[in-house]
Amino acid sequence: MCGIVGLFLKDPKLQPQLGAMLTDMLITMTDRGPDSAGIAIYSQGKVGHGKLTVQSATPEIDFKNLDADLKDALGTPVLMLVKSTHAVLEVPADQLDAARSALAKIRPGMKIMSSGEGIEIYKEVGLPKDVAARFEIAKMHGTHGIGHTRMATESAVTTMGAHPFSTGPDQCLVHNGSLSNHNGVRRELKRLGMTFETENDTEVGAAFVSHKLQQGETLGQALEATLTDLDGFFTFVVGTKDGFGVVRDPIACKPAVMAETDQYVAFGSEYRALVNLPGIESARVWEPEPATVYFWER
Amino acid sequence: MQTFDLEAQGLRALNQALHNLKGQTNQTAWEVVNPKGSHAIAVGVDAPIDITVRGSTGYYCAGMNKQATIRVKGSAGPGVAENMMSGTVIIDGDASQYAGATGRGGLLVIKGNASSRCGISMKGIDIVVHGNIGHMSCFMAQSGNILVLGDAGDALGDSLYEAHLFVRGSVKSLGTDCIEKEMRPEHLAIIADLLKRGEAEHLAKPSDFKRYGSARKLYTFNIDNASSY
Repeated sequence: MCGIVGLFLKDPKLQPQLGAMLTDMLITMTDRGPDSAGIAIYSQGKVGHGKLTVQSATPEIDFKNLDADLKDALGTPVLMLVKSTHAVLEVPADQLDAARSALAKIRPGMKIMSSGEGIEIYKEVGLPKDVAARFEIAKMHGTHGIGHTRMATESAVTTMGAHPFSTGPDQCLVHNGSLSNHNGVRRELKRLGMTFETENDTEVGAAFVSHKLQQGETLGQALEATLTDLDGFFTFVVGTKDGFGVVRDPIACKPAVMAETDQYVAFGSEYRALVNLPGIESARVWEPEPATVYFWER
Repeated sequence: MQTFDLEAQGLRALNQALHNLKGQTNQTAWEVVNPKGSHAIAVGVDAPIDITVRGSTGYYCAGMNKQATIRVKGSAGPGVAENMMSGTVIIDGDASQYAGATGRGGLLVIKGNASSRCGISMKGIDIVVHGNIGHMSCFMAQSGNILVLGDAGDALGDSLYEAHLFVRGSVKSLGTDCIEKEMRPEHLAIIADLLKRGEAEHLAKPSDFKRYGSARKLYTFNIDNASSY
């Protein structure tokens, strides 16, 4: 069991409340996943700027002078915002890959959570309420976001085993379920040049979608391909720079509820996660069909 | 009318109060407000009372119900009326997966759609769905009746025993050993009764439906396999 929440805002007036709304939804799903929690938040940054979210087990050492060291390595200005075990590094968008390579040299112990123009990912072991508080998620604004509460089955309870998984620029994926052919798919994706941080099944799902997008497929096509190539139980929610998508396996035993109003599209593993959203009483509420791809993009 | 605020008073207090009614029936009308998708609302009730839930419910609402009439003025999460014994459960909205699973008696009415595995392993319950039902519905259904005014999804009635399946709309596919069967007068009488009790008399007539049942060809029906169990 795991819990998933997602929120895609249509009404810009709600953007300052995105973090608060997602935090409330995430905490409601604590019963479904008390091991660890994570959240991906997308916001429109400054034009031409990109963001790397990094994580360290020893932030007091790794984050010390990190902005200055990265500036020296890249030769461009770097802005850094530290939040607990995570830091967001803002660099010119065309320097994201260079920054990633530089970080591997100057701070080899750090992990990259996400990279892109809009995305920031925060995830840690612990109760959802504690994880959300630690990163002050409730204060964040943005256009859309995805959260996950984890009850681990396929790999250890660690920071890197928490969701969301990001395996491409501005991409992330969360998962409720378990994949049974992930080792085989991982081997094939490695052969095709994808890299992996964990032994986790969901990371394979994320990399599978990222690889399809790299090949020029649309989000819809990439999600369709999960239905034929991935075996096991899954409800996936996928985030991209411009929107999010939802797909459930053909058996569809992992629950999912969606709600749509003029102001937002919301996803929850259970209706409980949606009850405090504005206007939920009059929202269109439905259960996404099995083996059917849904996505919303700006 | 007893009004119970689930948010303020909590689930255990609600279900304990309802369980305490067994054997005495002075408080016959109950209203539950602020359900907010909570799980296990009005589970295990055993008294001839009326309960109205004002909003949508989470997992297992009205599970194991005996005698009570439980109305949900919203939609219901997975496993509504699971293993119901008797009484009536009416959902105004949609029901999630495995509605009425393993139900042994009573009547479950879903005025919207039911999703996958509706009536799975039903054992005597009657189910009326005004909308559609999802895939794998009535899997291994043993007895009882299901009446669907809309369409049925894939693999309807897979490995079916003796339950009666009546569908008005299309059936995406039939499960193993489930076939369409002749509609006889006694079946039309069952449908007429279900339409009436299921608050659907104004929506359909008995002759609109087709009947599906077990072909009784699966290995479980072959006496030569009896020693295998």
